[in-house]
Amino acid sequence: MKLFMLTGSALAILLSQTVRAEPLARISHRPFTAAAQWHALTGVRSVGMLDVVSATPARPSVANVSHAAPLNYLATNAGEKSWLGLPPVPIPANNPQTPEKIELGDRLFHDARLSADGKVSCSTCHDAKKAFTDHKPVSTGFRNLNGTRNAPTVLNSAYMKTLFWDGREPDLEGQSMQPPINPVEGGLADHQPLLAVIRADETYPTAFKKVFGVSTQDIRMEQVAKAIASFERTLVSGDSPFDRWRYGGQTYALSKAQQRGFKVFVGNGRCVSCHRIEQTQALFMDNRFHNIGIGFKKIRGREFTVAEAFIKAKHAGADVDKTVLMEKDASELGRFAVTEGLNEVGTFKTPTLRNIALTQPYMHDGSLKTLADTVEFYNNGGRLKEDDPVSPFLSGGIRPLNLSDQEKQDLVEFLRSLSSPEIAKATGE
Amino acid sequence: MSKYSRRDFLRKASVLAAAGTLPISLVEVAFGESHPKNFTFAFISDSHITQTKGNNFVENWDRGLRRSVAECNLLDPRPDFIIYGGDIAQLGKPEEIDHGLDILAGLRGDVRYVMGEHDYYLDLGSHWRKRLGPERYSFDHKDVHFVVLNSILTYPEWTHKQWDGGMQRMLQMARLDNPHGSPFMVGDEQRQWLQADLAKIDKATPVVVFSHSPIQKIYKGWNFWTDDAEQVQALLKPFDKATVIYGHVHQIQYNQIDNISFHAVMATAWPWPYPSTYKQAESHLAKLTVPMNRADPFFERDATGWQFIDMHSGNVDLRYVLPGNTSRRVAFDEEAGRPMDTRYQGAMARIPPRNHY
Repeated sequence: MKLFMLTGSALAILLSQTVRAEPLARISHRPFTAAAQWHALTGVRSVGMLDVVSATPARPSVANVSHAAPLNYLATNAGEKSWLGLPPVPIPANNPQTPEKIELGDRLFHDARLSADGKVSCSTCHDAKKAFTDHKPVSTGFRNLNGTRNAPTVLNSAYMKTLFWDGREPDLEGQSMQPPINPVEGGLADHQPLLAVIRADETYPTAFKKVFGVSTQDIRMEQVAKAIASFERTLVSGDSPFDRWRYGGQTYALSKAQQRGFKVFVGNGRCVSCHRIEQTQALFMDNRFHNIGIGFKKIRGREFTVAEAFIKAKHAGADVDKTVLMEKDASELGRFAVTEGLNEVGTFKTPTLRNIALTQPYMHDGSLKTLADTVEFYNNGGRLKEDDPVSPFLSGGIRPLNLSDQEKQDLVEFLRSLSSPEIAKATGE
Repeated sequence: MSKYSRRDFLRKASVLAAAGTLPISLVEVAFGESHPKNFTFAFISDSHITQTKGNNFVENWDRGLRRSVAECNLLDPRPDFIIYGGDIAQLGKPEEIDHGLDILAGLRGDVRYVMGEHDYYLDLGSHWRKRLGPERYSFDHKDVHFVVLNSILTYPEWTHKQWDGGMQRMLQMARLDNPHGSPFMVGDEQRQWLQADLAKIDKATPVVVFSHSPIQKIYKGWNFWTDDAEQVQALLKPFDKATVIYGHVHQIQYNQIDNISFHAVMATAWPWPYPSTYKQAESHLAKLTVPMNRADPFFERDATGWQFIDMHSGNVDLRYVLPGNTSRRVAFDEEAGRPMDTRYQGAMARIPPRNHY
């Protein structure tokens, strides 16, 4: 009965999402009905719709941000309007947004002193000029060491129900605590040196006092994480040409090719099965994990050996975060490394496709350079080449698509329509 | 795997106790090393490998079997053995059986096979037997007596009708709600063999029977049925603990009849819906044959899977590994004296079913 906790405005959103569906009272008792009807009406899968609503907090705290001091171009935007094409940003009850906290998080996010060599900040790999990615196949951290995974964009990560490619952290707060102490990222042994820098800083203690009411010696990593997460929850972007076309009634926002590409996206391309689009908004993700064939070649035929070695090490105390970023083989285990679920080998989280044209290269290992490469990979049924072997763990939804060259080009064009204008501008596109 | 640091080990050593809650290692931890007789075996069933033409086979069914083999190979600790529960093939063709066995050859461990009707009715099991040996046998493992039956035989008059070739017989047996079908049975001769086999076994020894069809009567129209089930059950009745594990029904079922626990296993190919009735209604009641009932029609592996089985205290716990779904465990409830889904919910706690159409 989570629906009863929603505020009036959230209810209005819910109702607008369930146009032509049943009266609310009935929906609240039968949460699948609205989604089922939507599916029946459109043929588009929409299980995620009500999930998003139920994750919405009781208070739309983002409203508090509307008069924030000038931060960056995005931070001020988040609370001022609801983005075309996006649902309200879910804010956890134990970490409400305040302008001061967001400002503090912004600073921490960009502070390279919080790493072992003073050179690596969050923004090193999540650079605003690169749509909050680093445009590298895999990220480079402390001492120029490379990890195993591609830096995903921070944009719209506020909507994710798990963080990291394998979902090993449940929220942005938990996520932000890991990189500083990963040997191939921030390179610190533990959080103490990071906290020492903050405590010794000229202005941080005042800000922490104001935001969290703590004295200098009581500044903790949990507060650092909360501030960074609050800042990240402002990094939200909708209002793309697609949004204006789909949700804004602007018929000409998409080119003819892009409109044809949309048909491929929801039709023969089967993209929408995981990169979901709902009736009033689209996150282009499903918060689930799938094996799409990326990285299969690296551990082909050795899956159980790699899995056994990993599990043995994990149960003996090895850290998952470090192991998957340092061990190339272990990295390919994907979600299995976290859950040990026998059917989750090589599954990775569906990333959002928003701003996808600005966040190359693609996939968890950054192995695909362009959108065209990616479309080709899917067209071959999760393979670089048509006659490559198929992983036994491959998700069944991944299969050869037999798209025509025209369809492939149109699909790529459509994907370009998912960039938000101000993000594109910031990247110089 | 040499980079795991000593510091990490020390820092995380305290979480070791929690590792027992993880599915992959739970078996050993749950029953402890003080019970050396506890063991695990895996169970894969109903792959229905279907030849389309030449070397081409229905990809979906191939993928289901390949996936279960790959997943089963991850089990740690390793299962003591693996049972294949029947219906390797769809139409009993040698090509289908051979192709299925090629995939199953990827399993790490010894596999024992049960005959399914889809393996049998084309050539009355001759190719299957050529590849795998006899279809009824018994073996002892760690103080448990295991019996494998061919439960998909039927009346000789039906089997030896004037068929227009074996394929016609196969197709007739493969049809659901077939007024010209015939019910499965273990048969007199095999029951006599079973009686003799069990006569040598101490009644305190746990007995586990593997059959393709349920040795209980569930729904005749789809041959969720063995015609002489009661007579087979009578042979198991003297034992303190008996368990029957069967394939064929492509769904989770469990039941207790007197001293006998019954468990069904999942198919790797596709799910069947629950029969419209458990009332043992006459077979002509089901006019409509619903070919599949997927919870999620967009996910072709939904409601399929395989299982591994903890053998302990003479009873079995079935652990269902379900792609894309939460694993389920049907365990023997000592208090209730019967198997129970460990996540069983009373009627009031359930989500109301969706009404189709």
